Amino acid sequence: MSTLNYTKYMEGMKQAVVVSLWFMFLTFPIMVIRVNTIENIIEWRWMNMLYIGAGSFILSFVWRYMSGKAISARKEGIGAQGGRKSYLQRLVSEKRLSLPSLGIVAVIALFFPFVSSIYQTNIMTTALMYVVLGLGLNIVVGQAGLLNLGYVAFYAAGAYTYALLYHHFGVGFWLALPLGALAATILGVLLALPVLRLQGDYLAIVTLGFGEITRLVLENWNEFSFGPSGISGIPRPGLFGMEMGMHDATVYLYFLMILLCIITIFVVNRLQDSRIGRALLALREDEIACQAMGINKTMVKLTAFALGSTWAGLVGVIFAAKTTFVNPASFTFLESAMILSIVVLGGTGSIIGIIIGALLLILLPEYLRAFSDYRMLLFGIIMVIMMIFRPQGIVTGVRKTYEFHTEEE
Amino acid sequence: MNPILEAKNLSMNFGGLKALDRVDIDVLPGQITALIGPNGAGKTTFFNCITGIYSPTGGDIFITPPGGRQKRITGINIHKVTESGVARTFQNIRIFPDMTVLENVMIGRHCRTDTGVLGAILRDKGTMAEEKAIVARSYEILKKIGLKEHVNQLAINLPYGAQRRLEIARALATDPFLLLLDEPAAGMNPQETRDLEALIISIRDEWEISVFLIEHDMKLVMGLSDSVYVMDYGEMLARGTPQEIRQNPEVITAYLGEDVSA
Repeated sequence: MSTLNYTKYMEGMKQAVVVSLWFMFLTFPIMVIRVNTIENIIEWRWMNMLYIGAGSFILSFVWRYMSGKAISARKEGIGAQGGRKSYLQRLVSEKRLSLPSLGIVAVIALFFPFVSSIYQTNIMTTALMYVVLGLGLNIVVGQAGLLNLGYVAFYAAGAYTYALLYHHFGVGFWLALPLGALAATILGVLLALPVLRLQGDYLAIVTLGFGEITRLVLENWNEFSFGPSGISGIPRPGLFGMEMGMHDATVYLYFLMILLCIITIFVVNRLQDSRIGRALLALREDEIACQAMGINKTMVKLTAFALGSTWAGLVGVIFAAKTTFVNPASFTFLESAMILSIVVLGGTGSIIGIIIGALLLILLPEYLRAFSDYRMLLFGIIMVIMMIFRPQGIVTGVRKTYEFHTEEE
Repeated sequence: MNPILEAKNLSMNFGGLKALDRVDIDVLPGQITALIGPNGAGKTTFFNCITGIYSPTGGDIFITPPGGRQKRITGINIHKVTESGVARTFQNIRIFPDMTVLENVMIGRHCRTDTGVLGAILRDKGTMAEEKAIVARSYEILKKIGLKEHVNQLAINLPYGAQRRLEIARALATDPFLLLLDEPAAGMNPQETRDLEALIISIRDEWEISVFLIEHDMKLVMGLSDSVYVMDYGEMLARGTPQEIRQNPEVITAYLGEDVSA
């Protein structure tokens, strides 16, 4: 037994050494060499190499330990499916816990803009926007199981609807809001029509292309969208014609977003527990069987795309109003990837998970400005770690199923 | 008696392969009709043509709902076939694994209900009443099928025989007048097969739904069916009562094997 442990230990040691050598080699150009442009010399920072070597050596050990634990845990977990609820799940499902925590969240949300700076409020507003975007995409990806990598196109549709309508006709925010949602919905249906027959990877590729095409059109069709320079001077939302300063407008927008979030959660929740929601679910589970149950596949797919893109349109309008400026650079594939990451990280199909995912993914980078150079690197690492240790997301998407109890019992 | 399902000259070609070659089948109301034949004879292809999964390359399919008028259903969409009153199960079970037993059956009620997006969000009186009716009807079906104690369980966790029953329950929830069963007894143990036999008979007699089934279990087919069709290489070989089929020399050589006649 002890010899076995010893060989295992030596093996881990050997691997850790290899890993640290690799890392030292890979990071050599960026971590060790620095060109000092002021004095025109090259600095060799050998100490950095040492830190990286030591750091990756230790991390390698931690990694082996953790992944070993995760694998054994998963092996044990297979039999006991759905037995124990996680803390977060209990928080959501048990009234005794969920009501007070909901109250705490409400109080924090209510007083947040009054105790923090404009900057903080702004970031929080952005995070809330991504909550709505995540919940919207979840209808398509999580519930209907249709992978959509071009979600940003609908977001852009909303933003540009407001921007263009204001620019040409002077249409205000409140009228643009439903129109933006409508434009995104129509675009969603237009995209859904040609991709009805596609599934899985093919659907992902087409939607990815769709998102990019939308951005390229906006970038190059100068007469329509004013190209890369975009449209500026878009007014912030009004409140009965009141003039608001920068601070008030930010706070107002924050509460607007809170309201939209609540509406979204309410609507998404109700849709999930309905005939429509069940049809989406059935479509995800088995397309042929779903049709054999008399469900019109075409209609359900169109509904899913339309319902999902509506939210993106709404948030798009708010985005345009918030930044008072839109240009195609805000609607790159990275945005789609971000929103999809929120859905996956939070837990596909779980509303509370997506809220947590959005807050984490948007707020963390803002508060970790110190590491801004390594943001994407950290992002990648977090995603990889998540996929290894919790592939089901932060909150496991355990649906609320119909609990049926007879009167006889 | 007018047939409720009528296939005339039905053909299905996959490239050069004739999976179905001018097949004629009548299914009479109030009967259990069986379709037998060796593997690859085209039985499931025939079912797939009727239910709209394949669009037949030739011929016609007509249905006549009890008390209704004849309707041509050749090549229409899968969900339209179900809406018209022809429900089916699948050879390899196709339940919705991550939904509960009750939810599986509730899906079957989809085509008989009509809550839209707006109704789902507003939850008005009509929607709530409909939702209640869906649950009540689904539970009633599960009770009759004998899956009462499993209602809140995930479908994937059911034992094999119960999954087959669930598929039948789900199909029954669409209010069909004709139920197509694709090898319902496949993989069942003798006890489960006996239960299934009783269930199919009760579907005919108590639910008053005609049954058309593909099956390999000869004992089940012969004991159950009112009439039997035999298929081989995409062609109809014989039709008749179980007694007649058992004695048909062509069928014996093609399918049952020589020794069965003894």
